[in-house]
Amino acid sequence: MSALRAEESLLALRQQEELEDLPKEYPLSTSEDEGDSDGERKHQKLLEAISSLDGKNRRKLAERSEASLKVSEFNVSSEGSGEKLVLSDLLEPGKTSSSLATVKKQLNRVKSKKTVELPLNKEEVERIHREVAFNKTSQALSKWDPIVLKNRQAEQLVFPLKKEQSAFAPIEHVLSGWKARTPMEQEIFNLLHKNKQPVTDPLLTPVEKASLRAMSLEEAKMRRAELQRARALQSYYEARARREKKIKSKKYHKVLKKGKAKKALKEFEKLQKVSPSAALEELEKIEKARMMERMSLKHQNSGKWAKSKAIMAKYDLEARQALQEQLARNKELTQKLQAASKSEEEEEGAEEEDELLVPDAVNEVRMNADGPNPWMLRNGPSEAEEVDIQKDPEQPPEPVAHEASESEGEENPVAEEEMLLKELEERRSLRKKPGLNQDAKPVGRRETKDSSSQEVLSELRALSQKLNKENHRSTKQKVSSARTVLPVQREEAADEEEEPMLLQRPERARTLDELEELGREGCFQDKEHPRPAVNGQWLERKPNNQPSAPKEKPKKEQMIDLQNLLSTKSPSVKSLAVPTTVEEWEDEEEKDQRQMIKEAFAGDDVIRDFLKEKREAVEASKPKDVDLTLPGWGEWGGVGLMPSAKKRRRFLIKIPEGPPRKDKNLPNVIINEKRNIHAAAHQVRVLPYPFTHHQQFERTIQTPIGFTWNTQRAFQKLTTPKVVTKPGHIIKPIKAEDVGYRSSSRSDLSVVQRNPKRLSIRHKKQLKKNSAD
Amino acid sequence: MKVKMLSRNPDNYVRETKLDLQRVPRNYDPTLHPFEVPREYMRALNATKLERVFAKPFLASLDGHRDGVNCLAKHPKSLATVLSGACDGEVRIWNLTKRKCIRALQAHEGFVRGICTRFCGTSFFTVGDDKTVKQWKMDGPGFGEEEEPLHTILGKTVYTGIDHHWKEAVFATCGQQVDIWDEQRTNPICSMTWGFDSISSVKFNPIETFLLGSCASDRNIVLYDMRQATPLKKVILDMRTNTICWNPMEAFIFTAANEDYNLYTFDMRALDTPVMVHMDHVSAVLDVDYSPTGKEFVSASFDKSIRIFPVDKGRSREVYHTKRMQHVICVKWTSDSKYIMCGSDEMNIRLWKANASEKLGVLTSREKAAKDYNQKLKEKFQHHPHIKRIARHRHLPKSIYSQIQEQRIMREARRRKYVLGHLTLSQYSFLTSLSQLTKNKQTKNLPFKGIVYVLLSPLEVFLKTSLGFFLFPVKRGEQ
Repeated sequence: MSALRAEESLLALRQQEELEDLPKEYPLSTSEDEGDSDGERKHQKLLEAISSLDGKNRRKLAERSEASLKVSEFNVSSEGSGEKLVLSDLLEPGKTSSSLATVKKQLNRVKSKKTVELPLNKEEVERIHREVAFNKTSQALSKWDPIVLKNRQAEQLVFPLKKEQSAFAPIEHVLSGWKARTPMEQEIFNLLHKNKQPVTDPLLTPVEKASLRAMSLEEAKMRRAELQRARALQSYYEARARREKKIKSKKYHKVLKKGKAKKALKEFEKLQKVSPSAALEELEKIEKARMMERMSLKHQNSGKWAKSKAIMAKYDLEARQALQEQLARNKELTQKLQAASKSEEEEEGAEEEDELLVPDAVNEVRMNADGPNPWMLRNGPSEAEEVDIQKDPEQPPEPVAHEASESEGEENPVAEEEMLLKELEERRSLRKKPGLNQDAKPVGRRETKDSSSQEVLSELRALSQKLNKENHRSTKQKVSSARTVLPVQREEAADEEEEPMLLQRPERARTLDELEELGREGCFQDKEHPRPAVNGQWLERKPNNQPSAPKEKPKKEQMIDLQNLLSTKSPSVKSLAVPTTVEEWEDEEEKDQRQMIKEAFAGDDVIRDFLKEKREAVEASKPKDVDLTLPGWGEWGGVGLMPSAKKRRRFLIKIPEGPPRKDKNLPNVIINEKRNIHAAAHQVRVLPYPFTHHQQFERTIQTPIGFTWNTQRAFQKLTTPKVVTKPGHIIKPIKAEDVGYRSSSRSDLSVVQRNPKRLSIRHKKQLKKNSAD
Repeated sequence: MKVKMLSRNPDNYVRETKLDLQRVPRNYDPTLHPFEVPREYMRALNATKLERVFAKPFLASLDGHRDGVNCLAKHPKSLATVLSGACDGEVRIWNLTKRKCIRALQAHEGFVRGICTRFCGTSFFTVGDDKTVKQWKMDGPGFGEEEEPLHTILGKTVYTGIDHHWKEAVFATCGQQVDIWDEQRTNPICSMTWGFDSISSVKFNPIETFLLGSCASDRNIVLYDMRQATPLKKVILDMRTNTICWNPMEAFIFTAANEDYNLYTFDMRALDTPVMVHMDHVSAVLDVDYSPTGKEFVSASFDKSIRIFPVDKGRSREVYHTKRMQHVICVKWTSDSKYIMCGSDEMNIRLWKANASEKLGVLTSREKAAKDYNQKLKEKFQHHPHIKRIARHRHLPKSIYSQIQEQRIMREARRRKYVLGHLTLSQYSFLTSLSQLTKNKQTKNLPFKGIVYVLLSPLEVFLKTSLGFFLFPVKRGEQ
């Protein structure tokens, strides 16, 4: 490209040869005479053009400078005299010149760019700087949040926070700064010096020092850890062994022993295969043990224990068995060791033979046993059988007891219904006695029970019918009693049908209607009616109490009263409380409000809760009778024995009913009568701040913290002070390094420094060094 | 049959050495120790009473200054050493254990405005009314030597306060602007300004040591970052702040002692509202200092008393005053958090116990246990009226007492005005918009935005009143 351009420029040059074009670089040539220099100049230009062919000197060609010739009217330059200047020549190069194009381009670019904004004024800049710096600093400070929170919530803070580590200085260092002052000290030092004892420097010999250094910290740690592990393992095994030793189960030990023996045998066999000599040794050992045993009479029946057991063996099965075991063991031990290849049968035979060798005592026992107790001779299992046989005659009573207990079991969970049934059954059985009882008994109760269960079913049916009748009657009564209230209620119910705010009312009315219907139909359908819980409670309760309906009737009526009271009163209350603006309520906006109230009261039944609360309050405030019966006083006592009813009656002190409650006639009010005015002065009136519920507060008050009620350890724990300071210690401000943070320094400063000029370089360095320290 | 034998292990009842306490078998059956709450209540009551009986906080008065004590400084390494500067330019160094002045030097002409110790405890700096900053050696001059400062910097304006960096050889002075100085140079490293009023005090943050706080007489508190050489944030209060103090355990918390009788604790990241306003003084608060545990601070006031505030409480737990103590100008909490020193107008430095009824000296373990137990009891029953009354009771000078009464009346009146305004508004809205309220469309008129009052049906109103509540607000999301 550059070469091409150079050629072009060369051409242009030739065309404009006539034009004066003197580069600055050659002032000398310009000062010369034109006539002479003309040819020279042309020559030089040519040279230049040629040299610029390689693209280096192109610029120079483009440069033009004013001719510095002295131009006079007499001396007109002859340059270009041969050629004519055409206007088009003057116009043309403006377009074609490549250098101008680039300039243009630049100009365009500059034009296309918008103007640079004015720099912000100083205040604005400062504000921005401040804001950035503040944000940075706040972020940096936020790292303290968890620590601050932790310290605020800490149960106990011990100051100074950082424990000063007691410095361990070798004694020679301590001594080096110490001089003997008193005469005695000096004397001692003199003595020491005379004897050339090490006084200050190395108190430890080099060997000792080396040994101190020999074990690095990590090594020491590892070794310690190893030791710890070993110790832990040891203690674990020890504990295990101790535990196993404590196990009292004989069976376990038997199994264990057997297992051990088996293992030993196996090992022995293995040993036999591997190294016969070692096996022989083992064998010898075993033999020796056996011999020792034989000598020691340990398992003979001559010991104290064995003798006592022999006496007891007459009566005690266990003792007998123990004795037999002992004998077996004795046999085993005293037997000459047989070769392993012998068959079991032979062993058995040997055993039989050995039985002859059984010591006298046992024989004696056997002799004794022979007389009165023929089954004394037999082994365990057969005895057990015999016991079974013996017990057989006793078996019949057992099922009876069983049955009785069963019936009891049945009785417990089932309600009074069952009681009634039982009574009926008994009556029935009494009636049937002459016929069935005599032959039914010896066969066993099972059948009777089956038959009775069938009977129970039939009885149940009959009873349920009866109950239904009763129920029907009672409901009728109730309904009739309710009817007396009903007219009033009905009217109001009609009123209220328009107002769904009290959801219970219409439904209640309906239930009454239904009840009536039920009564008319005379069938027992209450259970089938899945009534929502909103209904009157007494209806809900009814199915549970049905059998004892007649007894509970007065109570129920009371309940009805209460319910009625509230539910009937509420409308009247309404009429009371309705302000003069009632009419406004009938607007179409009522719907809105209803909706809102529904939302507000979704899932809370205020009336019922209140009633319940009140009932509880009344119950709680009732004086309670005092029972002073002492079980076992003046009669037999023990587990399961209750003092007689008479006694209970005698020692039950009935507390007279207190004055009537103040809120007795106020169905909508609970008046707390427990409040003691005198105590109130000492009581906390407002729930203190950190507590959210009075129960929390009461609980904290009621848990004692004193040593009278707590163990030493608990007392100490409960009374730990929140802040502990050590007297005479300086508490330094918390440090980032103490809590594991990097202390913020200059290096984490990334915000632009505003006036770094003022901080000299030396200073910065120094500060950096300081902060790094 | 297994027979269980009674066995006794002597370890259970024989003490190992003579010095051990005898083992006392105790039965913790609660039925044997009835009435635990009343008994503990009585113990707490007695403990509270005893606390008041033994509350004798005043320990000593250090006299020797010939003019009012203007500033105090703690020694960073020695608990027994305290420095004080007086209004006549004298600086005294005191030994607290001996309660004697161990050195006195005429540091400035005119007031000693500020005094601070270097973090290493070898020297201290003073600024005075004579426009100088002087560095002094902590140890006195040797025999025959002249008492001379190590360095003296002559400034152009009066310096009103000084504080030393906690780790580096840098200190800050305040006056017309906050200057940060290197100890080795006579020109400040940088000076920072924001506003044009004179700055009364400057304090380095003890935890994040590059942070500074200053307060000026144009009612503002300005925070600076030394690294960036820029102010960070400014908060303007109703009245002038005399001084601030950083919490030594919580990096971003500081407390400002204000002229409007209150102290304001701020979180420096959120300066819009103070974390806590501490009220009780009845005159301008002149100085404040944190306990080194960061749990409490002490404030000195123009009302001739000093008060101790828990950081998280708006009211003081303690007030100290004596008949002769005049306006308290400076106060410091010693670095073992046991004592408080205050310097006042009438030339005395007073030493107080931080806990008025604390027993000084070494406690036996039983004493310690009893103390802890009593403390816990007092805490447990602190809300009970009688105990509260006894614990709160303080005798105050008549001037302060009457001032308190007066201010209470004023505050009450202000409150009543405010609350009554609210009440009438709510009553008004309740009465006028009984029906409109239910439309819940004009919620704008309601006293509280975002809350819709739901009026119950008369029946329910009755029921609810019978149950103890009447109207209840329901919050709705869309409002």
